[in-house]
Amino acid sequence: MFIYILKRLFFMIISLLVIVTATFGLMRAAPGGPFTGEKELPPAIQANLNAFYGLDQPWYKQYFDYLVSIAQWDFGPSFTYKGQTVNDLINNGFPVSFYLGMEAILVAVAVGILLGTIAALKHNEWQDYGAMIIAVLGISVPSFIIASVFQYFLAMKLGLFPVARWDSFMHSVLPALALATTPMAFIARLTRSSMLEVLSNDYIRTAKSKGLSKNVIILRHTIRNALLPVVSYMGPLISAILTGSFIIEKIFGIPGLGMHFVTSITNRDYTTIMGVTVFFSILLLVSILLVDIAYGLIDPRIQIAGKKGD
Amino acid sequence: MSKQHINIDDIPIESLELVDVRADDAEKITRPSLSFWKDVWMRFRKNKLALSGVVLLILLLFMAIFGPMMTPYNYYENNLEAVNEAPSAEHWFGTDNLGRDLFTRVWEGARISLFIGFSAAVIDLFIGVIWGGIAGFRGGRLDEIMMRAADILWAVPYLLLVILLMVVLEPGLTTMIIAMTITGWINMARIVRGQVLQLKNQEFVLASQTLGAKTNRIMNKHLIPNTMGPILITMTLTIPNAIFTEAFLSYLGLGVPAPLASWGTMASEGLPAMRYFPWRLFFPATFISLTIFAFNVIGDGLRDALDPKLRK
Amino acid sequence: MLNNLKNHKKHIFVAFSFVLAFTLLIAACAPGGGDGGGAGGEQKIRVNINTEPFSLNPGLANDTTSGGVLLQTFEGLTRIGKDGEPENAMAEEIEKSEDLKKYTFTIRDATWSNGDKVTAQDFEYAWKWALDPKNEAQYAYQLYYLKNGESANMGKASVDEVGVKAVDEKTLEVTLENPTPYFLELTAFYTYFPVNSKIAKENPNWYTDAGDNYTSNGPFVMTTWEHNDKIILEKNADYWDNETVNLNQIEMIMVNDPNTELSMFDNGELDWAGSPMGTLPTEAIPSLKKEDRLNIEPIAGTYWYKFNTEKKPFNNVNIRKAFAYSINRDAIVNNITKGGEIPGMAAVPPTMIKENEKGYFEDNNVDEAKKLLEKGLKEEGYGSVTDLPPITLSYNTSESHAKIAQAIQDMWKKNLGVDVKLSNAEWKVYIDKLHNGNYQIGRMGWLGDYNDPVNFLELYKEKGGNNDTRWHNEEFASLLEQSATETDEKARMKLLKQAEEILMDDMPIAPIYFYTNTWVQNENLQDVVLSGLGDAQFKWASLK
Repeated sequence: MFIYILKRLFFMIISLLVIVTATFGLMRAAPGGPFTGEKELPPAIQANLNAFYGLDQPWYKQYFDYLVSIAQWDFGPSFTYKGQTVNDLINNGFPVSFYLGMEAILVAVAVGILLGTIAALKHNEWQDYGAMIIAVLGISVPSFIIASVFQYFLAMKLGLFPVARWDSFMHSVLPALALATTPMAFIARLTRSSMLEVLSNDYIRTAKSKGLSKNVIILRHTIRNALLPVVSYMGPLISAILTGSFIIEKIFGIPGLGMHFVTSITNRDYTTIMGVTVFFSILLLVSILLVDIAYGLIDPRIQIAGKKGD
Repeated sequence: MSKQHINIDDIPIESLELVDVRADDAEKITRPSLSFWKDVWMRFRKNKLALSGVVLLILLLFMAIFGPMMTPYNYYENNLEAVNEAPSAEHWFGTDNLGRDLFTRVWEGARISLFIGFSAAVIDLFIGVIWGGIAGFRGGRLDEIMMRAADILWAVPYLLLVILLMVVLEPGLTTMIIAMTITGWINMARIVRGQVLQLKNQEFVLASQTLGAKTNRIMNKHLIPNTMGPILITMTLTIPNAIFTEAFLSYLGLGVPAPLASWGTMASEGLPAMRYFPWRLFFPATFISLTIFAFNVIGDGLRDALDPKLRK
Repeated sequence: MLNNLKNHKKHIFVAFSFVLAFTLLIAACAPGGGDGGGAGGEQKIRVNINTEPFSLNPGLANDTTSGGVLLQTFEGLTRIGKDGEPENAMAEEIEKSEDLKKYTFTIRDATWSNGDKVTAQDFEYAWKWALDPKNEAQYAYQLYYLKNGESANMGKASVDEVGVKAVDEKTLEVTLENPTPYFLELTAFYTYFPVNSKIAKENPNWYTDAGDNYTSNGPFVMTTWEHNDKIILEKNADYWDNETVNLNQIEMIMVNDPNTELSMFDNGELDWAGSPMGTLPTEAIPSLKKEDRLNIEPIAGTYWYKFNTEKKPFNNVNIRKAFAYSINRDAIVNNITKGGEIPGMAAVPPTMIKENEKGYFEDNNVDEAKKLLEKGLKEEGYGSVTDLPPITLSYNTSESHAKIAQAIQDMWKKNLGVDVKLSNAEWKVYIDKLHNGNYQIGRMGWLGDYNDPVNFLELYKEKGGNNDTRWHNEEFASLLEQSATETDEKARMKLLKQAEEILMDDMPIAPIYFYTNTWVQNENLQDVVLSGLGDAQFKWASLK
């Protein structure tokens, strides 16, 4: 196992290198630069700025400088906010997005698995259809519509929650719910489907015939095995949700990290693009590694480490 | 990790003796497959909910084809004297902010959204199942490389990719589908891989492998059918995703040019008008939901009908 | 089995404690409780500024958000007063030379918020700092009016040669490149604000956060700056004119969603929603108008379509005119934008030239447009409209631009029988396209930097730069040259109007409308001063 993780870490570094290189290339190939604007700058000022940010250097030098500073966890100054570094942006934004994201993930996983389990156990009964309708709504209505609807009805009309901003736990409820809806619905659907599959397996029938009580069967066998697709889905989900959602943060005026993923690109804020991409990639690669390890815990028959001598 | 279970790759090939097997019917101890689809259809037909989904989908397709012809309006002509009118006998779904008839526009948009949703789902399914299936089944280094490639695609900023695509390619349906499937299949691949990892070491797969079945056959006969549930569920998530990604791409200038608008675009544009002219959000959003509903119940019905364990 | 069950219990326990630890972790990084909103009697207001400002160093700022904060916290030699005219601020007395090329300012007794004296050296330092090529000031060109300003910024002259000099603590001598009749407007602009040179020299990063290092000399001081979240300004007790200032606190929040902004206003969480600091949702405007809550004020800005005069068929002046004349601006303004915008038939907004409300041609003149199109087609050798090359109208992605483009597309089809395709792109891609001449018709707008028509006209003086139309007219250019050295105000205005007439006659641009500010505000809030350039000052504001 230890060797396996080491090997994975090695692959992670390679992946990261590819991601950084690809992002660097894409970013430079995209039309416009950080100083492109409606009011075009005089060429002299443009040249001063390029010199200041080192953009007048040949691309390969800039690229290697980036690599070196990324390796030192120094992402450089932001182009969009003068005097703030990309590290500042991440340090300020991530805790907020992390808090919100955790809340959303807890809701999505707890409610999703609960709904899915109920639906599977009451297959083709009203509970199943009810859960199904909730899930379909959750899947087909994207988070930004849900967020606006929540904001209008629950905050504006009923006054149950604050309209926006980031101040207290109450402020986080609506954005977390909006963020949780789609994953929740998807998890519910996945859980239901794989539980139905597992429930019809022979060993469950055997267990039943052995007289094990229903609850024990569910716990011991079904949920555990049925969770596998949910776990597969969790890897990318966790990294995406924890790094924040642009649209939810925008609607609720939350100072999270999510906005930087979009605004850095529209601003061609090169250093910020690189910084947040690297940060996100590390989270993604780690959570996917955790997922692979979790496979083995859920079902010991799964051997991700591959051939022994490999 | 448990070392006791049998890993098929651990068994040295020399230690096995080949029993007399004819190459073409290795492990063919299944029933003749002629009755398979008949069987599926039989079970599917009994599922009322699934059937209602089919009817709904046919209705939506019918309206997408004939809906725009049912009104005297077209989707592009402005009427600045009649902007943002509520639904009435004249305009069944009301009008938009340029006075265009929403009924006509909704069904015109249905063509784009249904096409995009369906083709994106099919392509994602195709790539995702193959990619995830191979990675999961082969395992080892190949799995590592294939899955890290997927991670890399997933991690590179999508918005940047799209901006570049826009510069390189002409806007239009093909470009849009390319943009959508670049990363669309990854979720599918991950889920399929996870399932295959779990299934490939189960007894029945090991059994058929020992009996000399080819990889293709194991994939098609054992692995994919047993992964059908999660695959269909993931596919039903792909469709709304595609519909709204299309809106996002159109917003960036990659999709169908205005004045043509898909459901996703109409819903996104109707959202800020929710409080003042709710019909501009309500109609496109409702039809998106109905479409997803139809696909979901059909998916569930298919899953039940295809489930090999239910075939008795 | 028993063993297994036990094991299972252990698993549950582990899972449970994990969840518990998690909850604690989450509770630990929960956002801190905010204080409740201030009541009206306390002279505290809350406004939305949409985004984090680029920089609160006046020398580095180059955007309206930063400008909107700096205008409250800093003060230049002059300030645009309630009547819209520049009045003395940090300058107690101003002397101009005969040829309008030399100004002598006497600095009044004033202090920075830490008690340091405001000196002439602070101005000299700030201006030279911004012009110094090694400091990355994007708005340095606002200082090109100073003698040698441009050459110093380009590195062709030393910064010491720039025409600004502190003769002593109280006297600032400024020499200009050209007589600039609107120079005293410029000194109210943030690039011309002073900087506390004592602090700035010691601590080059003085401007990145609120605190002891961040000193200012205006009506308010910044006491809190939570990046990407909020800024709090408080009344500056050391301000020379602090008796005029009524507000004790201005909280500026950063919520970048128009619908949320309006919702917060409706919920009593904001005292102002809409321009110039924030944005109103366009869909809300008709109903706000109906409820009689909407405030509208024209500003110095023009929304126009640019023709690429090097691309067929818009190399032909009559075809350009035909397209421009056949737009029904009145319908656009009344049925689509609905924010009280003024139909634009001129380049310079009426806030600068009153007569431009009428403009140089008739709106929606379809008959004339058809004739011009006929003429243009003949000149270019096209048999009919269908022989025209395919025409594409480009705009940057935004709901309101899309709406207007679709309406105009429809008008051209109905009025001229021309099929025009639409193409939208992300902002920077779009800008790049326009600057490279890779378009036929493109949407653009211009908001005045300072209150003078030349700001709008000089855009089209030379090919390149901001002139994406690639249009050049010798006579137009020479009229602008003449106006630069003309010291008589009336004669100068005449020259500028002649130039504008040429521009409208050659039509490299088709103006659509003149911008307005639209907003809703707390009815008890009074005396917020909005300038014609569309910025807000809270110096005189108070809550009833």
